[in-house]
Amino acid sequence: MVSTVSTGSTTGSENRFVYAPALESRSVVDIRSSYGLFIDGAFVDTEGGRSFKTINPATEEVLAEVAEATADDVDRAVRAARRAYTRVWSRMPGRERAKYLFRIARILQERSRELAVLESIDNGKPIREARDVDVPQAAAHFFYYAGWADKLEYAGLSTAEGGPPKPLGVAGQVIPWNFPLLMLSWKIAPALACGNTVVLKPAETTPLTALLFAEICQQADLPAGVVNIVTGAGETGRAVVAHDDVDKVAFTGSTEVGRLIARTVAGTDKKVTLELGGKAANIVFDDAPVDQAIEGIVNGIFFNQGHVCCAGSRLLVQESVAEEVLDRLKRRMSTLRVGDPLDKNTDVGAINSAEQLAKIRELSDIGEQEGAGRWSPACELPAHGYWFPPTVFTGVTQAHRIAREEIFGPVLSVLTFRTPAEAVEKANNSPYGLSAGVWTDKGSRILWMANHLRAGVVWANTFNKFDPASPFGGYKESGYGREGGRHGLKAYLR
Amino acid sequence: MSGDPLVLPSHLADATGSDSALRRFLHGLPGVDQVGAEARAATLATRSIKTTAKAYALDLAIRMVDLTTLEGQDTPGKVRALSAKAMRPDPADPTCPHVAAVCVYPDMVATAKQTLGDSPVRVASVATAFPSGRAALDVKLADTRDAVEAGADEIDMVIDRGAFLAGRYLAVFEEIVAVREACARLDGTSAHLKVIFETGELQTFDNIRRVSWLAMMAGAHFIKTSTGKVQPAATMPGTLVMLEAVRDYLDAAGRMVGVKPAGGIRSAKEAIKYLVMVNEVTGPDWLDPEWFRFGASTLLNDLLMQRTKMTTGRYSGPDYFTLD
Repeated sequence: MVSTVSTGSTTGSENRFVYAPALESRSVVDIRSSYGLFIDGAFVDTEGGRSFKTINPATEEVLAEVAEATADDVDRAVRAARRAYTRVWSRMPGRERAKYLFRIARILQERSRELAVLESIDNGKPIREARDVDVPQAAAHFFYYAGWADKLEYAGLSTAEGGPPKPLGVAGQVIPWNFPLLMLSWKIAPALACGNTVVLKPAETTPLTALLFAEICQQADLPAGVVNIVTGAGETGRAVVAHDDVDKVAFTGSTEVGRLIARTVAGTDKKVTLELGGKAANIVFDDAPVDQAIEGIVNGIFFNQGHVCCAGSRLLVQESVAEEVLDRLKRRMSTLRVGDPLDKNTDVGAINSAEQLAKIRELSDIGEQEGAGRWSPACELPAHGYWFPPTVFTGVTQAHRIAREEIFGPVLSVLTFRTPAEAVEKANNSPYGLSAGVWTDKGSRILWMANHLRAGVVWANTFNKFDPASPFGGYKESGYGREGGRHGLKAYLR
Repeated sequence: MSGDPLVLPSHLADATGSDSALRRFLHGLPGVDQVGAEARAATLATRSIKTTAKAYALDLAIRMVDLTTLEGQDTPGKVRALSAKAMRPDPADPTCPHVAAVCVYPDMVATAKQTLGDSPVRVASVATAFPSGRAALDVKLADTRDAVEAGADEIDMVIDRGAFLAGRYLAVFEEIVAVREACARLDGTSAHLKVIFETGELQTFDNIRRVSWLAMMAGAHFIKTSTGKVQPAATMPGTLVMLEAVRDYLDAAGRMVGVKPAGGIRSAKEAIKYLVMVNEVTGPDWLDPEWFRFGASTLLNDLLMQRTKMTTGRYSGPDYFTLD
């Protein structure tokens, strides 16, 4: 058990308001000691026989042994998906497919507490976020695409010959560990709605909610083979992406792996969508609604421990208000509660893995060596598990590595600008282009900025706001293709 | 005359020199984004307050209640009953704290004062042609002096919302200053002044932030959301904006100002959400009846029921708590 450590003002003498531990019960989840692969509607053993452990990053406790799918296992899964595609799913009328998707969406809601607790345990994210963001958004995605399943002819898409759009076939999907269930739903819901079947590989550090989702597919009586889940690490992912009978590859993860995938599928007729890294600029003007901007900065970089591809990891603040904004930000950061992810009052949970923690530490040390000012609120971290305090670097310039490289942790780099043009120039001066935030009370400036920022999403006076109806995706090295909304259908139709 | 002279740092004093200076200052305050403010309040409302934290919060909330009756049908008997309850909210449990104050109309102040005797429970009186504030200034000042002379410890005045919405900020400012002076007693002390905005009529968060600064610069000891006679009365996001204002005013002017949401807070659960908000927005220095109050009547019984549940493990029926 991890102790919840509150920082700053909530600790102290007895006349202070100290929040007692408010732990969400683990009893709602039933984690098995070992898991097989989900192929053709059933849990099966791997043919290679190897397995790996998934742990709770907040305690380093081993949660379960999970099968590591070999290339042969992936082949079995793809064959099952092909069979289901040819015999059942592609022939089924859209309104019938919709019934399954609606059913899955409702089960996600019914079992939301179970899913939220399991996600928090396996990933390290605060239960509050898993409960209020991940799971409701995942269900919303299924509801949204269920609605499209019988209306694809009206989505403004058509085949090359001008007929109604058709599914692609078997989709091979590889998802990251930062929003395991939510990324799964971003991938599976549109694929199924459009009539495709899928082979999905969850991340090796967070396979458990995908395996619970497999049970939900059984509970929903989804025809066997429509959804197949193959667990494993990089080798398994490579086998999914490289398989000859996969028609479509969808990947969310690092730009590095995205490049490998693009190389693997080059020269084939597979369709690809890649949603990769980011180094988003969160731009605060001197006329910003300052209290909400502070919340947006905090939400932009400390939400989900900063394990967010669209995180607002570069704060660009107008020089005339930089000092005030920083003072307010630091004050707000000292009220962040870092600790046990299952405590309902925790704001910042555990870093997902030892490997990720090492990367965050390395880049933060580099930031310090490069001369940036490092600050974290007074914050006692639990003795076990992987933890990193919310951190802000000041005096950062475009020449610092921490302003250019994706840290994927709770680390904010603060830069300043003088004019809107300079803000745009600095924001766009990045190999990435996934998202950006603009904070100003002036509507015309918001529109001007949005037109000039080269980012897939520009949030105005908010950050990290998602809706299934809104497309999401990147410019430049942040990937290509769009997920979500009507645009997201295009990735799964021809 | 005033026992509590109003001293403003020069940069704020300059802003109150003329109508146009005051307008420039108030309109120069950072804007409030409605969606963001509402989202922040909603997130704070998800805090889970259990066991020891809940016990602490319940007792604190009881100590912060301004137990209120502001009805045309108020009688001395009703006010005496309310005052008795204010001193001993739970007759069955001597460890239960008393509330902060009773809040009545000016003509009931003497009755309340008499019943409360030398108990630490204070008497707050609404004044200045409450609740609409539609009267000539000298009538409002006479109303205030009446209440103070009758022994009111605290005056809850209403601002002239018409003047504020018409953009006559200096008129609102000067009226608050005048009422503050009318709060002075002969012995050189003075009654504490709470300034009611009626946020339900001002409506926008930008207005709430501006009127908060205006009232604080005019010398308010407390800023208060509502009369309870207009819907919506107190809201979490509206109170959030006021808490941010008092926090920032302490930095700017070096003076602490209290906050009182009033009207519409009926359950212990809601009250605890407000306390969480105070704790995380202004910091714990405001977690004291001197700096935060609830203007309420029915809230108290729910706080008492929850308190009894905490100590006995069981809910009692409403008949076990006094009605007054």
